Amino acid sequence: MSIKVEEKLFENRYRVDEGRAHIFIKEPDVCRDKCETPSCTWTCPAGCYTLGEDHSVTLSTDGCLECGTCRLLCNEHFNVDWSYPRGGYGVLYKFG
Amino acid sequence: MAEKFDAIVIGAGPSGNTAAYLMAKAGMKVLQLERGEYPGSKNVQGAIMYADALEAVIPNCRKQAPFERAVLEQRMWLMDDRSHVGSHFRGTVDAEEQPTRYTVIRANMDRWLSGKVQDAGALLICETTVVELLKKGERVIGVRTDRANGDIYAGVVVIADGVNSLVATKSGLRSPVKAHDVALAVKEMHFLPKHTIEERFNISGNDGVVIEMFGKITKGMVGTGFLYTNKESISLGIGCMVDDFKAAKVSPYQLLEEMKNHPSVKPLIAGAEVKEYSAHLIPEGGYNAIPTIHGDGWVICGDSGGFVNSVHREGSNLAMTTGRLAAETIIALRDEGKDYTAAHLKRYRKTLEQSFVMKDLKKYRDVPEILHDNRQFLTTYPELLTRAAHTMLKVDGVDKLSKEKQIKRDFVAKRSRFGLFGDAIKLMRAMR
Repeated sequence: MSIKVEEKLFENRYRVDEGRAHIFIKEPDVCRDKCETPSCTWTCPAGCYTLGEDHSVTLSTDGCLECGTCRLLCNEHFNVDWSYPRGGYGVLYKFG
Repeated sequence: MAEKFDAIVIGAGPSGNTAAYLMAKAGMKVLQLERGEYPGSKNVQGAIMYADALEAVIPNCRKQAPFERAVLEQRMWLMDDRSHVGSHFRGTVDAEEQPTRYTVIRANMDRWLSGKVQDAGALLICETTVVELLKKGERVIGVRTDRANGDIYAGVVVIADGVNSLVATKSGLRSPVKAHDVALAVKEMHFLPKHTIEERFNISGNDGVVIEMFGKITKGMVGTGFLYTNKESISLGIGCMVDDFKAAKVSPYQLLEEMKNHPSVKPLIAGAEVKEYSAHLIPEGGYNAIPTIHGDGWVICGDSGGFVNSVHREGSNLAMTTGRLAAETIIALRDEGKDYTAAHLKRYRKTLEQSFVMKDLKKYRDVPEILHDNRQFLTTYPELLTRAAHTMLKVDGVDKLSKEKQIKRDFVAKRSRFGLFGDAIKLMRAMR
């Protein structure tokens, strides 16, 4: 059973802070060359991290649910620079 | 914003709202900062609200709070791949008894409580993220926000910014939460007509049902699934330790989808319209993971301090109680003319130790480790128990004594006599 997380995220409300991502991969080379368990690519509940064929990791924060999981996962290389979006931006839960 | 407040509260969840409400009501000049568009817009919970903890802050809360349904029936399911065995508790002991647990929709709950906070005179500013604490030496003297000229000063800062507690972590007041101590839960809101929910769950009026699920739905990871009935929706979610997701190479949304397709769950949500998908971390490290919760000019409350009783799935009551006890300590110090130093704020920790919050966390302090080290409780036993029920209930011409012997053989084959004995001891030790 393959799940498209995008379909789930489609139900949510967001106010995207265009051009201002709140999470960064510090050194993309570290993901590609040093990380043996790119767990962000399967554990992120919004599927923000995708693994490329060359083992590089791409991050798109638009669907981010602001849970903080990726920040805790990356505890070998500490390669995630994580903060909350600017006040008022990001996911806006209707029900929570 | 060079103005100085008596107190600044970071966050407008249950603990922040409780603290802000009580301090404002006691006449303090309180500023509350919330990064969401409105209180609740960044918050996620199952969610169950506990009337006893709320009543201690808002008397007659049952008459005013936006509760969804009173929990009349609690089901616990141990799940195999296609079946479950379970226990139910339904009903009340006497007719006059008031329910103590209610399902809620967090966004409604937080907005309602925030209204009380503002009525009490606190100033709430939304859409403002606190980026760090301002310090003078070791003493916290205010906060830096992401607004222009965003430094604000106060006599004391109540840190209630939630499970990630970035503010306290960045300012060096606590070490970062660890993947080992935190669960990641995902949830969907399934909408159904009121009468459909009442028919499916055998309830009426404001009564509700809660189902907690353990076993193979979490694929050997430490975690649980849940289903809560609201008035016109069902909150359905599943959560496991972050470290376990990492090791198991399983996606949380995959897990949720498989749970939705479990034969015990699927008919309950059939035909529902999903209107939201959310994710949230839950601090489940228990007593051993509680950081220092007070210092010069600051206290930590709620999820920021790791106050969750993961065994009983309680969190919002611990949040409100820590918020209340922090506020009561601060108000008492003000009344006594004492400064908000670490030595004086220690009273918060002391009252917390005397309350159910720390007593319960202490009681279950070994549970996280025991579950972490003994996956058989999450996989082997649910399977053995569902198969035992299946064997005994299947009418196939085999006599009952032979069936009993078969079940015993299955248990011994899976766990050995010594293993079964050891598991019983471990469970007793964990729960005592």
